[in-house]
Amino acid sequence: MITFIIRRLIMTIFLLVVVSIITFAIFFLIPRLAGQNSYELAAQYVGRNPTRSAILQMEAKLNLTAPLVVQYWHFLVGIVAGTHYNSGTSITYCAPPCFGYSFRSQQPVWPQMMAALPVTASLALGAAVLWLVGGVAIGVLSALRRGSIFDRLSMGAALAGVSLPIFFTGLIALELFSYKWQLFPNVQWVPLTTNPLLWARNLVLPWITLAITYAALYARLTRAGMLETMNEDFIRTARAKGLRERTVVVRHGLRAALTPILTIFGMDLGLLIGGAVLTEVTFSLPGLGQFTILAIQNQDFPEIMGVVMLAAFFIVVANMLVDMLYAVVDPRVRLSLWRCSRSATCACSSVPTTAWSRRWTGCRSTWSAAARWASSASPAPARA
Amino acid sequence: MGLHRGSGTDITGQIRLDGEDLVSATPERVRQLRGLKMAMIFQDPLTALHPYYTVGTQIGEAYRVHNHVSKQVARKRAIDLLGRVGIPQPSVRVDDFPHQFSGGMRQRAMIAMALSCDPELLIADEPTTALDVTVQAQILDLIVDLQSEFGSAVIIITHDLGVVAEVADDVLVMYAGREAEKGSADDVFRRPGHPYAWGLLGSMPRLDAARVDRLRPIRGTPPSLINVPSGCPFHPRCSYPSRVGGDRCTTEVPVPREIGPGHQVACHLTLSSQREIWAELAKAAAPAEAAPADTAPADTADTAETAETAPAQTAARTAAQSATPGEPGQDVTEVEAP
Repeated sequence: MITFIIRRLIMTIFLLVVVSIITFAIFFLIPRLAGQNSYELAAQYVGRNPTRSAILQMEAKLNLTAPLVVQYWHFLVGIVAGTHYNSGTSITYCAPPCFGYSFRSQQPVWPQMMAALPVTASLALGAAVLWLVGGVAIGVLSALRRGSIFDRLSMGAALAGVSLPIFFTGLIALELFSYKWQLFPNVQWVPLTTNPLLWARNLVLPWITLAITYAALYARLTRAGMLETMNEDFIRTARAKGLRERTVVVRHGLRAALTPILTIFGMDLGLLIGGAVLTEVTFSLPGLGQFTILAIQNQDFPEIMGVVMLAAFFIVVANMLVDMLYAVVDPRVRLSLWRCSRSATCACSSVPTTAWSRRWTGCRSTWSAAARWASSASPAPARA
Repeated sequence: MGLHRGSGTDITGQIRLDGEDLVSATPERVRQLRGLKMAMIFQDPLTALHPYYTVGTQIGEAYRVHNHVSKQVARKRAIDLLGRVGIPQPSVRVDDFPHQFSGGMRQRAMIAMALSCDPELLIADEPTTALDVTVQAQILDLIVDLQSEFGSAVIIITHDLGVVAEVADDVLVMYAGREAEKGSADDVFRRPGHPYAWGLLGSMPRLDAARVDRLRPIRGTPPSLINVPSGCPFHPRCSYPSRVGGDRCTTEVPVPREIGPGHQVACHLTLSSQREIWAELAKAAAPAEAAPADTAPADTADTAETAETAPAQTAARTAAQSATPGEPGQDVTEVEAP
């Protein structure tokens, strides 16, 4: 298990390095390939009405004349250890993790992103609780009462929920609940530490709006999963034991149906913490999504690079956590992981044969897993 | 056991367990009886066990529902049961997951689960189909041993006549959901009176008979249970309606008729013609007399599997010992109406 965690950590770091290379290439390599020289690039950093000396100073300060590999190295070192920018006349220190200085505000990017992160995190986590509980509950009930009025209504609502964009539902919610009925007036960001009550009150509408989209999706997923699991033989066994129907549904049915949903949940949450763009813009929340939009509108390269790296970080970390969680949730995966740690080669044969699980358990591909399975003389453990 | 899919099924008649009718009982009462007084072993032990819980948890759960005890007590019970069904190192294996068990061990675990509350009736639905022959024999031995140990009545549902001959005291041959023949194992194997039973026995390969190139299957294919043939459900595949005369076979459902002590046959053939035909068939299959391959009708190109996959199953009812001594085997009949 520990070997597995270490392997996943190394994998995660490797992925992040790849992301940084791609991000760096987009902003530095591609413009250069397109014919832009370092002087023109530096001009963009100076801002409006650049003077020649200011541009040259910026070029030297950001070391833009150096080979790209060197620049990339500086970029990486800056993230890990911080950078000293030497413009010739003055030295400015950018503390790690350094993503450079924003074009307009001339402030370091990282503290700005850290200021925006709690907003997005509050939004995403609160909404996640709502949609997970709501979506799964609705999904289970519709699966159990398949074909009933409740099922049809909730699945119709789910279809609507998936289809309606946040800037539509959000605006309607604002109009009705905030302006017309004054239930949640004056929606704006209040930090949790300043006033927890106001924080929650102001986030209710964004939470619900964001949760509706996801709850709809999760309700459909749960319903499909439950319909499948409740037809499994082990459900019949559970009934044959004389268990109460509720125990059968929750402990046996839902337990099995929830596993794939948990996987998707982790990924969705990771993605959202990197910026819930639509919701933040609709409700004017100063989160990472808002930050991203502004950065793109202003063509603020350091900000864009920073936010891309941060979002990628959350997704990759969420992916890693989901992997580990899967091992906790599904004992069959756990077995293969333990086997991985005992022998050098990973035995993926006992991983359930769904594309999802194979993907999340580090078995590189279904093909290689199949090949390994075929080559192993005794797929079943020799303990029998 | 009330495990059928809710809607679309209609159960009529009587199912009595220890004198208590289960068809008219409330679902809650039936649930209480499930696992406690009647337990079931399923066909495929891999899919019938929950993949996310340990074997011990699953066995203990069955025990805990009906006996309100702590997890520790249930665990001890699970270890004890696993040992009884022949799992080595039960105190270690109790924490294994089903996928860490072999097929035979899984079926043993299923049996342990079924026996956790000392049920009075154990229903085994093709308990050995998913297993290979050696393990099959072990599991059957285990069921027979445990039957005498726990004193449960056992119903084995199977299409495997070898299993029937091995373990059954009483045999009920069913075809299309109806009784075809009922009697002691000896009666059914030595003096069968129903054409379907003849067909089943005739399609079995025999060690003592001369080798024939083809097994002799029952003509045709099993009927759809949604659209059961009129009259005797077996008549489209039967070779003997002509000996009955008239159209009784296609119009009249045969009623089970006593042809010997405890031996019932549901067929319109007269007793004498039944005996006559069976004598001929037995002679034809007798040792040393090579039965020519071309005696098999040309239109039966199917293999013996036709007979084996027939939905009508041979239900062997082993009711030698009942749960409480001095009480005859429970009267249990399963009535299905498609």
